[in-house]
Amino acid sequence: MKLAYWMYAGPAHIGTLRVASSSKNVHAIMHAPLGDDYFNVMRSMLERERDFTPVTASIVDRHVLARGSQEKVVDNITRKDKEERPDLIVSTPTCTSSILQEDLQNFVDRASITSNSDVILADVNHYRVNELQAADRTLEQVIRYYLEKARRQGTLDQSITKEPSANIIGIFTLGFHNQHDYRELKRLLQDSNIKINKVIPEGGSVKDLQDLPKAWFNLVPYREVGLMTAIYLEKNFGMPYVSITPMGIVDIAECIRQIQKHVNNLVSNEKFNYEPYIDQQTRFVSQAAWFSRSIDCQNLTGKKAVVFGDATHAASITKILAREMGIRVSCTGTYCKHDAEWFKEQVQGFCDEILITDDHTKVGDMIARIEPSAIFGTQMERHIGKRLDIPCGVISSPVHIQNFPLGYRPFLGYEGTNQIADLVYNSFTLGMEDHLLEIFGGHDTKEVITKSLSTDTDLTWNYESQLELNKIPGFVRGKIKRNTEKFARQNNVTNITVDIMYAAKEALSA
Amino acid sequence: MSNKISETLTFECETGNYHTFCPISCVAWLYQKIEDSFFLVVGTKTCGYFLQNALGVMIFAEPRYAMAESEEGDISAQLNDYEELKRLCLQIKKDRNPSVIIWIGTCTTEIIKMDLEGMAPKLENELGIPIVVARANGLDYAFTQGEDTVLAAMAHRCPQQILLKNEKKIIQDSSIQNFFSFLSSEKKEGTTNKYLEELKKNPPLVLFGSLPSTVASQLSSELKRQSVQVSGWLPSQRYTDLPSLGDQVYVCGVNPFLSRTATTLMRRRRCKLIGAPFPIGPDGTRAWIEKICSVFGIKTEGLERREEQIWENLKDYLDLIRGKSVFFMGDNLLEISLARFSIRCGMIVYEIGIPYLDKRYQAAELLFLQETCKSMSIPMPRIVEKPDNYNQIQRMRELQPDLAITGMAHANPLEARGINTKWSVEFTFAQIHGFTNARDVLELVTRPLRRNNNLENLGWSDLTKKEKKK
Repeated sequence: MKLAYWMYAGPAHIGTLRVASSSKNVHAIMHAPLGDDYFNVMRSMLERERDFTPVTASIVDRHVLARGSQEKVVDNITRKDKEERPDLIVSTPTCTSSILQEDLQNFVDRASITSNSDVILADVNHYRVNELQAADRTLEQVIRYYLEKARRQGTLDQSITKEPSANIIGIFTLGFHNQHDYRELKRLLQDSNIKINKVIPEGGSVKDLQDLPKAWFNLVPYREVGLMTAIYLEKNFGMPYVSITPMGIVDIAECIRQIQKHVNNLVSNEKFNYEPYIDQQTRFVSQAAWFSRSIDCQNLTGKKAVVFGDATHAASITKILAREMGIRVSCTGTYCKHDAEWFKEQVQGFCDEILITDDHTKVGDMIARIEPSAIFGTQMERHIGKRLDIPCGVISSPVHIQNFPLGYRPFLGYEGTNQIADLVYNSFTLGMEDHLLEIFGGHDTKEVITKSLSTDTDLTWNYESQLELNKIPGFVRGKIKRNTEKFARQNNVTNITVDIMYAAKEALSA
Repeated sequence: MSNKISETLTFECETGNYHTFCPISCVAWLYQKIEDSFFLVVGTKTCGYFLQNALGVMIFAEPRYAMAESEEGDISAQLNDYEELKRLCLQIKKDRNPSVIIWIGTCTTEIIKMDLEGMAPKLENELGIPIVVARANGLDYAFTQGEDTVLAAMAHRCPQQILLKNEKKIIQDSSIQNFFSFLSSEKKEGTTNKYLEELKKNPPLVLFGSLPSTVASQLSSELKRQSVQVSGWLPSQRYTDLPSLGDQVYVCGVNPFLSRTATTLMRRRRCKLIGAPFPIGPDGTRAWIEKICSVFGIKTEGLERREEQIWENLKDYLDLIRGKSVFFMGDNLLEISLARFSIRCGMIVYEIGIPYLDKRYQAAELLFLQETCKSMSIPMPRIVEKPDNYNQIQRMRELQPDLAITGMAHANPLEARGINTKWSVEFTFAQIHGFTNARDVLELVTRPLRRNNNLENLGWSDLTKKEKKK
């Protein structure tokens, strides 16, 4: 057993559900006890989804514990098949129900006979993989299923498109700024005269999956989800893939050069040359290259920063800070323990030390020890920063609703470089400002006197009411106090008791 | 009274495919209520992820709860449960030094049949800290019922009330004097005497149900106005202050989801249960106080006037909701009381979904609902136990209620389809009990209506792309 207050990556079924609910017309059925369907809450709240999340639970209750699920799972699958007519139903256990060791594969096989939808069981071990690994696996599993099905039915067309084209793999629901990144990648490919063949899983239909091999190559923007699929497609269809994350000016260029290489392998005469495009974008479209030369950025030279997040974002941000802005990264780390080797290789030479852990207290201790001028991390690091009075820019999941902005905020591509430059610069200046304020003793030399009506002379709070007042959370206490005193004056009461407080509340509906 | 009104309530039961919070969520409010406690949830990553996401910001405020996260070795019994829990509890003792550790059993501990109740007393001896076990799992319970399991377990830990009158007095004297020792001596004497004076008026009354301390003292002072002295609360602000129980003690619930606690108090602690409607809404509060007073043979004073006054204060909100219809999807067991209050406010209730209905514990509330329907000449709503959310949404499509009270999983999608919603969870966390907070309930109920009044004429209430044809 492990004592845990916080986890960076969720349980496996969340990954599966994210893949399933990203695709169009795919329904997921969890074999789970009551209350495990809070994925629906997260999706509905964080993504502000307008549609019902296509996830239902086949509830495991006492009866199931005693007698097994029997017909329940099959019934629930066939019922969903009739109600929603999805193309695919993905069944998944949760941590809890997987201990029951029911033969879910058998249920799924039986249900697929009677239903019009395809039915598959997500192949993930809840005690060995986390959310991200599970998402990666499920995506590969779905794609393998449909490509093999197409091959069996002889509908698989392996010829590639006339024009150069690409699949983007790994954009999905509840991903950190994924929607914005997707738009930016589309623009990047468009500018490079490359058509987008398919984007999976977000918004894609499983019916179109058999067209995947038509693309010239695959683009996997994030390290965590999509690589397994890309490797599968390479092995079975000889499709090359680009897995350099186009985040930060240097890596975007590297990514585009790789694309160029793959495209040029397939054209005979007029070779593609993206170098002028890279140069133009770097110097004039992105402001980041100019920004790093400007006086602003000079002030950041050698400032200490700490980076923590998923492998993709932590590695890219580390490289941007160190290589493109001259900031000293004292420590960088990731909670993707399963991908530690890759991560270490990526950030080698760009930081003083590396921390691989999924224990937030270790991250907190590290930050407290280093005392950086700014932190770039997840929501957890933001809160660590709050406690230590160190500003923090959020660069990776886990996130909350603030990290699903309505405005356009990509992290990838050339617009992404601008966004990141703003984020970095704003975090540091806030820190500087704070520091200067401290030295010179605050914004204003005059003490701010609250708008309180109380003069402390004519009104007395008796012992009980004072206790009661202290129970009220600090941020509203002042208001309650003012309202109560106002009420007391209006009613010519001088001694404030608990009853007066309640009466005031009733009267003023505070 | 119109002739079409059905005289009796109809009860239905559906498939139980509905969305609600896992009962372990009760740690969120209970650890804050019981200041010297520590809650240890023995479960898996799934449980942990739920708490982390459901409790949002609170997780960052150094909460006094943690997960004992089972790993593969625990599931396959390669590790010894007792040794593992001992290791974690020692750690907790060292870091936080709580007065009680509460183990929350989850689905996982049920399935692998981890004997928490067996291990707790042994470990309690070794550790020197009380360990209370509550099985708040999703196999058996929904959302607020988690609190019920914890309070039922705690009821066993309340001290036995001492029967001998004199002895009792001495003990109370000394404990009270300790309590007031920071006051000056004459003041202390006065307070103590006053306290004992008041105690004589009615037999000991213990209220059960976790409420924010302000709300608890509001209810206590409401009763005090009728000269009913509350001798204790389950739970108390601190574990070390749990109220004494015994066969002389009367108990009364403040929340509709506490049926196990009520049963435990009656059967195991021999307390006398006062079955009353719950103090939600001015009507409920008055009925609750009246019932308690009638049991003690006290005639209430000025209660009617007080209720009227509260209704008077609510006038602006009542105008807003009168004649509007509401649909409770059901997820927190407050539904019957809230529906009864809404009907009294002049709303029409189409359906009351509810996870579980204990008709005995809620008997007075159900009767009150029926009477309220009659007096307001409003048709009896259907009560649907273990509802099926999919079916409910189909029904809602036909009924087009003015307001749906629902979980967060459905709120945004329903809003996008032009149905006003109020998240049901807010009723669990807001202060809704007693006269003083009646306005807060309506504040919640009317919020979507007030908001949408502002947006109504803009012409974009339906914000979905065309609905899929079925």
